[in-house]
Amino acid sequence: MKKILGILGLLIFICLATWTMAEESFISPFNTQNLIRRSAEFGIISIGAAFVIITAGIDLSIGSVICLVGCLLPWMLVERQIPVPLALLLIAGISLAIGLSHGLLITKAKLQPFVVTLCGLLFYRGLTRGIVHDQTQGFKGGFSELRTLATGQVPIPGTDYNLPNPCLILMGVATLAIILLNFTVYGRYMLAIGRNETAARFSGINTDRVIILAYVICALLSGLGGMIFVLDIGSAQPVDFGNFYELYAIAGAVLGGCSLRGGEGTIIGVVIGAAVMQVLRNTITLVDHIPTNIEYAVIGAVILGGVMTDALVKRFAAKRLARTAKNTD
Amino acid sequence: MTDHSAIPFLQARGLTKRFSGVTALDNVSLSVERGEVHAVIGENGAGKSTLMKILAGVQQQDNGEILLDGAPVKLNGVNQALNQGIALIHQELNLADNLEVGANIFLGREPKTCGFLNSKRIHREASQFLSMVGLEINPRTLVGSLTIGVQQMVEIAKALSVNARILIMDEPTSSLSQTETEELFRVIANLKAQGVTIIYISHRLFEIETIADRVTILRDGKNAGRLSKDEISHDAMVEAMVGRDISKFYARKSYAKNTAQLEVKSLRTQSWPQHTIDLEVRAGEMVGIAGLVGAGRTELLRAIFGIDKALSGSITVSGQKLTNLNCRTAINAGIAMVPEDRKNEGLILETGTRNNIGLPGLDRHRKAWLFANSGHEKADSERFTREMRIKTSNDSQQVRYLSGGNQQKVVIGKWLSMNPTVLLLDEPTRGVDIGAKQEIYRLMEELAAQGVAILFVSSEMEEVISMSDRVLVMHEGRIAGELSRNDASEEAIMHLATGGRAAHPTEPKEDQ
Repeated sequence: MKKILGILGLLIFICLATWTMAEESFISPFNTQNLIRRSAEFGIISIGAAFVIITAGIDLSIGSVICLVGCLLPWMLVERQIPVPLALLLIAGISLAIGLSHGLLITKAKLQPFVVTLCGLLFYRGLTRGIVHDQTQGFKGGFSELRTLATGQVPIPGTDYNLPNPCLILMGVATLAIILLNFTVYGRYMLAIGRNETAARFSGINTDRVIILAYVICALLSGLGGMIFVLDIGSAQPVDFGNFYELYAIAGAVLGGCSLRGGEGTIIGVVIGAAVMQVLRNTITLVDHIPTNIEYAVIGAVILGGVMTDALVKRFAAKRLARTAKNTD
Repeated sequence: MTDHSAIPFLQARGLTKRFSGVTALDNVSLSVERGEVHAVIGENGAGKSTLMKILAGVQQQDNGEILLDGAPVKLNGVNQALNQGIALIHQELNLADNLEVGANIFLGREPKTCGFLNSKRIHREASQFLSMVGLEINPRTLVGSLTIGVQQMVEIAKALSVNARILIMDEPTSSLSQTETEELFRVIANLKAQGVTIIYISHRLFEIETIADRVTILRDGKNAGRLSKDEISHDAMVEAMVGRDISKFYARKSYAKNTAQLEVKSLRTQSWPQHTIDLEVRAGEMVGIAGLVGAGRTELLRAIFGIDKALSGSITVSGQKLTNLNCRTAINAGIAMVPEDRKNEGLILETGTRNNIGLPGLDRHRKAWLFANSGHEKADSERFTREMRIKTSNDSQQVRYLSGGNQQKVVIGKWLSMNPTVLLLDEPTRGVDIGAKQEIYRLMEELAAQGVAILFVSSEMEEVISMSDRVLVMHEGRIAGELSRNDASEEAIMHLATGGRAAHPTEPKEDQ
């Protein structure tokens, strides 16, 4: 709970700072809706990354899976004229297969997650570029009904503001993720495995199955994210669509309180962490005296600052805990 | 020069050390003569480690003074202690196992010529120090390829290389086999003859009877007695340590029934594929597995529990043959295992008693839709925390802050929550103080009385002999012999464990 308050504080601080500096342009309905939509989209893929990180793994292939799905969806619908339900089913199937193969390679072939998903990062992008021959894939003005899934919004009664659809999707995903992580047997297993896989195995847990599940969830949410991104933007260039998104997802999860050592993290924290990243990017665009070309430097510095503060707070808390523990002995 | 006969070589007077309100040492004194083996004993938490750390300069006392040859010395830091010739050999060895023996001995003090390592000199001088501890190995050997016993000798050689006059050894034999321990004692005797003073900390009182010239006993951070050579006896030491008379180590009744609860047939483990193992434990029976370190005892338990896949063989629990030899079928059949390395294999250190105790039962007690039954988990953890008297401030206090004995009780409680019919324990009382040991023994006895079949591995002779209804002795991957409760003596076990034949082999099922 304290951890969420910290990251929430950071989010509010950045929002207020941007508001003061950029004034009206930050709180205009247009900007806020775009910002919320973006944050929600990145929130979805950050939740996926969080599941993998909680089991002490890593997934570097998120951006490339987004590229694969983002290019294949318009390609299937426009170039191949595959019916919408079938195309969506195929995309879900592809994401599932990717997650399964990552999980199997990591648990059964005992390869390191970093290596497996690094190869995935290269492989899926190359595969996409090969399939669509490096051509930009778009909906060519069609499929507007399907696209409202990402571009549409629900008016908030009594205000000029609307709630973008991706935000509703994120709420659904986050609710399911919270239930899975905190209230089901599998979520508890994930936290246990992230802390100490050996002890979990000694407790009779099928650790392989739980780890595979984490990679499947991550790939499915990457696929969902890729679909929403391409529906939102309308087109995807295979060369750079989703580039670096795995890093945004991982950074969001880490800012939100996940430790790369595993076993730690809350879904709410991760969603807020993802939002912090997007607000920062928005700040850099809106505030005139921050040059946009230093965007990565600003984001990097903020993540480092956040993680450092967290580490210091934790060290302090651990010291205090150790002291009280000694006193009760 | 001062008169050595009157003034002790190393003297500590009125040492007091507090850690944020907790007094670890309270006015403790220690007096060590030149060239003696001085044992310091006490239960866990009695202040031995703190005293040793102060003598080695790792920590500084709040009050009191340390005198060497009658002159007060300041030991602010390990280097100052080393300059005075005091070296501490930690329980966990501090060697880099990817480096050669010679490089380890001179780590940080490498002889150089023109800024380059002088490896010839390293190896020549390393060989000298190695021969002082009776090691005839090439200093170019990688430390990682040596056994723990030999690594310990390397560590001693390293201490000698800084001209240590006082060697402090903290539980040096805790991971050594019997032969390695004997070798260590020879080296200690040798060093003593060369005038090196040794301060020796151990829980193993038999060892102290063998090698110590004098014993200082600590209890609750205070001096609790001093024994001279002719006063040293097992009973006297135990009495001083616990402050009461334990006339017998542990006396127990036998609850063995006639029904076989665990039957293992022709089991082949991955580490000893050339041997098959057959054994049987009856309901309520306690069977101890003795043997030297590396005899395949842990591997046998791990194979029965299914955490390591057995190559072949069958396991039957309460008449039901396991269809599949893996951990989950074993647990479902009623097998539980308290592993040797509780911190890595038994516990999730960063979580509390509730999560640790509840973990194995999450699946069994789950509700619909895979929802975890938190209420059941909480009730289980409350019940076992209470019944086993686990000392913790609340059920989410991270178990890494608990003492060794309490941690072990959490591991046992975690498995009792699964109502096991077969309990496997690997070194159940390692690193646990005497009070908690007695509680664990009482618990094992209660379980046996309830009909649980208990199979346990122990390297402590007194534990195996007094707890077992039957002792199986392992030697190089096979069961070398079986001893009934009446025949189990230290000599008989050692005889079998070192490859001898049983003097009085007992027929199975005639040992009650």
